[in-house]
Amino acid sequence: MQTSTVLLILVALAAISFFVGRKRSHLVAVGQGGAYGLHSLPKHYGYMAALWAGLPALLVLILWVGLESRVLTNMVVSQLPAEIQALPESELGLYFNQIVSFAQSGSDALGLSESQVAAAGYYQELLADSRVMKASLVFLVAVIGCLLALQRISPTLRARNHVESIFTWILFACSFIAVLTTLGIVLSVLFEAIRFFHAIPVTDFLFGLQWSPQMAIRIDQVGASGSFGFVPLLVGTLLISTVAMFIAVPVGLMSAIYLSEYATRRFRSLTKPVLEILAGVPTVVYGFFAALTVAPFIRNLGESIGLSVASESALAAGIVMGIMIIPFVMSLSDDIINAVPDSMREASLGMGATMNETIRKVLLPAALPGIVGGILLAVSRAIGETMIVVMAAGLSAKLTINPLEAVTTITVQIVTLLVGDQEFDSPKTLAAFALGLVLFFVTLLLNVIALYVVRKYREQYE
Amino acid sequence: MNSMTVTADGVISSPATARADLDIREHEHVSHYQTIGEPFVDNAKMSARNVNVFYDDKQAIFDVSLDIGGNEVIAMIGPSGCGKSTFLRVLNRMNDIIPICRVQGDISLDGDNIYGSDQDTVLLRARVGMVFQKPNPFPKSIYENVAYGPRIHGLAHSKAEMDEIVETSLRRASLFDEVKDQLDKPGTGLSGGQQQRLCIARAIAVSPEVILMDEPCSALDPIATARIEELIDELKANYTIAIVTHSMQQAARVSERTAYFHLGKLIEVGDTKEIFTMPKHELTENYITGRFG
Ligand SMILES: Nc1ncnc2c1ncn2[C@@H]1O[C@H](COP(=O)(O)OP(=O)(O)OP(=O)(O)O)[C@@H](O)[C@H]1O
Ligand SMILES: [Mg+2]
Repeated sequence: MQTSTVLLILVALAAISFFVGRKRSHLVAVGQGGAYGLHSLPKHYGYMAALWAGLPALLVLILWVGLESRVLTNMVVSQLPAEIQALPESELGLYFNQIVSFAQSGSDALGLSESQVAAAGYYQELLADSRVMKASLVFLVAVIGCLLALQRISPTLRARNHVESIFTWILFACSFIAVLTTLGIVLSVLFEAIRFFHAIPVTDFLFGLQWSPQMAIRIDQVGASGSFGFVPLLVGTLLISTVAMFIAVPVGLMSAIYLSEYATRRFRSLTKPVLEILAGVPTVVYGFFAALTVAPFIRNLGESIGLSVASESALAAGIVMGIMIIPFVMSLSDDIINAVPDSMREASLGMGATMNETIRKVLLPAALPGIVGGILLAVSRAIGETMIVVMAAGLSAKLTINPLEAVTTITVQIVTLLVGDQEFDSPKTLAAFALGLVLFFVTLLLNVIALYVVRKYREQYE
Repeated sequence: MNSMTVTADGVISSPATARADLDIREHEHVSHYQTIGEPFVDNAKMSARNVNVFYDDKQAIFDVSLDIGGNEVIAMIGPSGCGKSTFLRVLNRMNDIIPICRVQGDISLDGDNIYGSDQDTVLLRARVGMVFQKPNPFPKSIYENVAYGPRIHGLAHSKAEMDEIVETSLRRASLFDEVKDQLDKPGTGLSGGQQQRLCIARAIAVSPEVILMDEPCSALDPIATARIEELIDELKANYTIAIVTHSMQQAARVSERTAYFHLGKLIEVGDTKEIFTMPKHELTENYITGRFG
């Protein structure tokens, strides 16, 4: 039986348990003067039965599916001839994969050894057994769970509280999964990065001024000793982000002020959705806007006043990235300015201040910490942005702070290091993880600062 | 402008007549209501004539005419929602910031129409200050709170002058002694009563001529209230004060004249003593004796 079928039947079982549980609560209530004699509502007894039937069985199912392939592999491998078991891990893996694909597709056994064909048969048998056992075990657990719940149902059973606490645990488990995933990602990046640092010293990476991650594929290749100094990438990233912020912060902030303090309700209701659309445009679209429109424009402009501008420039990428972030800065600032109590506006206007003075002297200072927090969040978005830079700022890792030249950023280099055919244990590939780690720390730092500032701001009016 | 002449004598003041047009709810569509008592005074600082105020289509003030005499304290009382705050805010055009609010009629300060086209809300609000129901100091230092208005209007030309203004204002609001060592601490860190006195200090720092107070004590305890009332008593030597209050006792204690509003109409106005001892309109009587509202 397929896992999906098992799952469907399990849901059906839980539904049935619900009705049975509810029915049973009615029955036990008869002696107590009807449903009023129950501690909880009948439906709570139903929920309880359903949860007892469904949850443990679901857990068993998940465990089974998770462990199945590993157990089967071990069982099949242990049946293989001894000389094959003695093969190194990677070859054994290949050997085993052939068995599995033969077993699953039944394609012709050409090129497979006798023992592989035999093992494939054994594998199929095991698989069939496993399916039957999985289904029966899951249903057994479900039925037992349901029966246990039904047996416990009595007028004094606090089913409502019981269901409540089960839900608390479910919610906890979900949030735990989110945390666990993040942790997993960080750890895997961390371990790969450590492998990278075995090959390239940390200091070379952190303080090196040159980035050219070419490794010799053959020992005798010339001119291919990679250098992995990440400073040019950091500078490039900061350069582009700075340009972006110079665009996004003033425009975003001022339009937020306009929207929250001056705009009519009608204008606001028209503008907000447009800006939300702007925020929803995929960055790759911004990317070719940058590459095809902004970058040539800047180059022509620069040439007309006698500047030499690279056809891919940090300026172009930064400007477009800034445009991309405007809605983000704007809607954050708008919320924050709106959160300043009206009594502040009244106090200032009542003193004879103009709207403009009120904004500059009262609203902005009061909202400043929140706005700073919002801007830091926007910066971490700019730092993480990849697509626009790939398309508009080029790939050359030049150490420069001239925005008219082509630069590259951390995220772009991660992408270029990992696309295409790569060996997975060369420093070139592993460098991507080191970059990822650095990026993670930079954005983490910014977010922590942002959260701290924002939290401090919240306390002001509470 | 003189279409409505109200006198305190004869016909109108007789209780029988007053009761005849008693429940004005039935007459809500009639925009003319003849105020009982004497809404006009000789030395009017501000005067309102035939003022109607609308929020969208909903009328909140019906044909109110009232003078506020120089250096007097006038109390405005009435049940919740009767338009006291609305009327008060019309007097320094704070209602301009509510887009749906429309004002008809004439309101003048020292004889100049404040809604005239040559009028400037900045100057008007410097001359007619406001203290709000809930203390609303800026999240700035105590010093900066008081210095805010003088800065905006360029009243001080040096740091010393500004210090002087801040100190006098705080003294007048009888707050200086309590805060003189912590002028650089945030104003929001003071107690509620202190905050309200800070707001009063802030309002008088620009030397307004009129101070409008909208329930200034409603968030305060009796002791702080007493302080503010003393303060109002002292301030009336130099300022004209209009105060909205829900407390009869407060109105009786601090004001010289009292105006009673009901459902957007100015029902009765007169000397505070008279209003509280011999109310002429039944609605007024019911309200001040606590049988109503
Ligand atoms: N911003 C506004 N928009 C629409 N209607 C308003 C607004 N402000 C006040 N009103 C209406 O105007 C009427 C008078 O309100 P106002 O605030 O002046 O009453 P009030 O006498 O001050 O009451 P309270 O004693 O409760 O403060 C009320 O019916 C109210 O609903
Ligand atoms: Mg009010």
